[in-house]
Amino acid sequence: MVPLNWYMWLGAVVFSVGMFGFLTRRNVIIMFLSIELMLNGVNISLVALSHYMQDLRGQVLTLFIIAVAAAEAAIGLAIVIAMFRNRQTVHVDEIKEMKG
Amino acid sequence: MVEAFFIYFALMVVFCSVMVVSRKNPVHSVLWMLVMFFHVAGLYLMLNAEFLAATQIIVYAGAILVLFLFVIMLLNLKEEIATEHSVGGWPGGLALAVSFLLFALLAFTGFTVKASGKWSIQEVSRLTHTKALGKVLYTEYLFPFEVASVILLVAIVGAVVLAKKKLKS
Amino acid sequence: MNMPDLQPLMPEIVFLGLALFVLLAELFIKSKETIGLMVIVSVAATAYMIPQSFGVTFSGMFISDGYSSFFKFIFLLNLILTILISIQYIQIERAEFGEYYTVLMFSTLGMMIMASAGDLIVLYLGLELMALSTYILAGFIRHDARSTESALKYFLLGAFSSAILLYGIMLLYGLTGTTDIMKLSSLLMKNGMRLQSIFAIVMVMVAFGFKIALVPFHMWAPDVYEGAPTSITAFMSVGPKAAGFAVIGRVFLTGLEGFSADWRLLLVVLSIATMAVGNIIAIQQHNLKRMLAYSSIAHAGYAVLGVIAGNTEGLSATMNYLLIYAFMNIGAFSVLVLLRNEQERIETLEQIKGLARNHPFASALMLIFMFSLTGIPPTAGFVGKFFLFRALVYSGYTWLAVVAVVFSAISAYFYLRVVMYMYMYEPEEGVTQDISTAAPLGLALLITSLMVIAIGIYPEPFVNFARLVVG
Repeated sequence: MVPLNWYMWLGAVVFSVGMFGFLTRRNVIIMFLSIELMLNGVNISLVALSHYMQDLRGQVLTLFIIAVAAAEAAIGLAIVIAMFRNRQTVHVDEIKEMKG
Repeated sequence: MVEAFFIYFALMVVFCSVMVVSRKNPVHSVLWMLVMFFHVAGLYLMLNAEFLAATQIIVYAGAILVLFLFVIMLLNLKEEIATEHSVGGWPGGLALAVSFLLFALLAFTGFTVKASGKWSIQEVSRLTHTKALGKVLYTEYLFPFEVASVILLVAIVGAVVLAKKKLKS
Repeated sequence: MNMPDLQPLMPEIVFLGLALFVLLAELFIKSKETIGLMVIVSVAATAYMIPQSFGVTFSGMFISDGYSSFFKFIFLLNLILTILISIQYIQIERAEFGEYYTVLMFSTLGMMIMASAGDLIVLYLGLELMALSTYILAGFIRHDARSTESALKYFLLGAFSSAILLYGIMLLYGLTGTTDIMKLSSLLMKNGMRLQSIFAIVMVMVAFGFKIALVPFHMWAPDVYEGAPTSITAFMSVGPKAAGFAVIGRVFLTGLEGFSADWRLLLVVLSIATMAVGNIIAIQQHNLKRMLAYSSIAHAGYAVLGVIAGNTEGLSATMNYLLIYAFMNIGAFSVLVLLRNEQERIETLEQIKGLARNHPFASALMLIFMFSLTGIPPTAGFVGKFFLFRALVYSGYTWLAVVAVVFSAISAYFYLRVVMYMYMYEPEEGVTQDISTAAPLGLALLITSLMVIAIGIYPEPFVNFARLVVG
């Protein structure tokens, strides 16, 4: 039997890799993916907790997280498309109007 | 034996995560993410969560990642859409992530829980996982379930509004 | 299985039904004024249902009580005022899609669910409903690069903070085996894993810190507030913030009560940093929207003080402050909307030079709101701050109250500078200071300015009401 804290460690590692990616990468798509990594870290821990507690609550939350992640991806990518349309007319450096 | 499976899945998950955040080309990142999702699904199977394993592949890998790929290909993102760093770039991000990780590793050393719930492995496998999850979802968690449906509706409306091509006026 | 009691949920159900109705009606009704009116009628219907809805349902997942109702009134008020200032503004910005109103309603629905959440899962979903709708609204002027960039930033940081919140929720679930906020405290204490509990509290606090823009989790706020449509900036500087406070009050004061010494220490540090950074950086801003963004950060720092005080007095002072803040902040943004004309956006200090010459009335309104934001009597801002600081002193944080007063004094500099630019300078050449003449906008300004003065002169009913619902 694999001990619970192996799963918790794994979840924490995946979460922190996602956090690292989010904080250091500048490519928006990769930043999105980093957030998905963080969510997966949470999901792994939740499902493991749920299994070891013999309680399905954690798995229900995981299901909700997956649903919300889908909604989030749809909106995030729609924003990227809207942004891309604007950038076709204006160059990247010119729209960096907002600073510090 | 079970430990060996866990170690394989865990190493692959960590390796793929690192690959996701370190690739230059977002398409490669998405593909590494796909590999990672399959391994996470493998972990869910080890935890007796068959339905979630299937959802992970069908929804996460099948829908969300395909959406990502679709957008990357559609926009032909040669010049990457980028934003500024939120915390002082490389060193800041690394320091935060590492300190989080160390704290978490410390916190979970010897972490155990009591098996206090009523859904033992036998009970779940008697009902099948899908049925057990459905039972909880549609009774105890009916209200959050309805809220989730509104969230999905907002996502549809929002995606249409933001990504529609022509302005009306 | 028997039917759950739907009575406590009726305001939300009615509101959701009407939101869907507005979404469909928008297909057939082209007049945006009509749609706006429909939303206001829906809000009135919902507000009418709220006092009759008290109770707990879905085995404690949804709690409708005085506390949540007070916040729901703030959200509905925020929605009405936002609708009033939006009707003409979004036409000028050429973003007049009917979905605007529906998404505003969905966002408000999310806030209402947050305020009533008795379970961490419901809390998370309500928060996502609110946040996703607000991302859409921030990017609503989709042909404007500033607006979409603002939406993207808001989205990225919002999704990041949600992930952190989920990690915190996961830890709390792991420690207690429950997600019921009411049961958390005793189970956490019984469990006794102190390090892990602190870990969970820190994660949850960081996530809420992002949502209400506490320093150092505020870096998204100025860019997002500046780039978003002005009407939406007004909306999201009040609504989501108040919703964040509603949840903080519930989770920290009830769910994590046993660890109050620990989170109180954290909050003290965060609130001092927030007041300091918000007020001091606001001094350097020449763009009014950006200045108001920093001011909004600083005000979150003040509002947290009531949670630190932690008793009935403190919590009711925070709620009162949020209500007053809704009036004065939306008022200030309404003046900015008023100054948006077909030719240009009037957003910087230079552009409002000598405004009093051309538009004495608009300038006088701005003067009232600036005085109120500073906290000068006899405006509502003074009353709000007075009760906050008093609650702090009574619970033994006199030194913190003194710090807050010092920062309030600093804030006078940049608020009154706006007044000075309007009254003491000649108008600049080539700036058209045309103002909008839309009737709904006028109504919004009338409501906000009257309330700011009324609460300032006669605060008792409001203060007592807030005390009543908490106690």
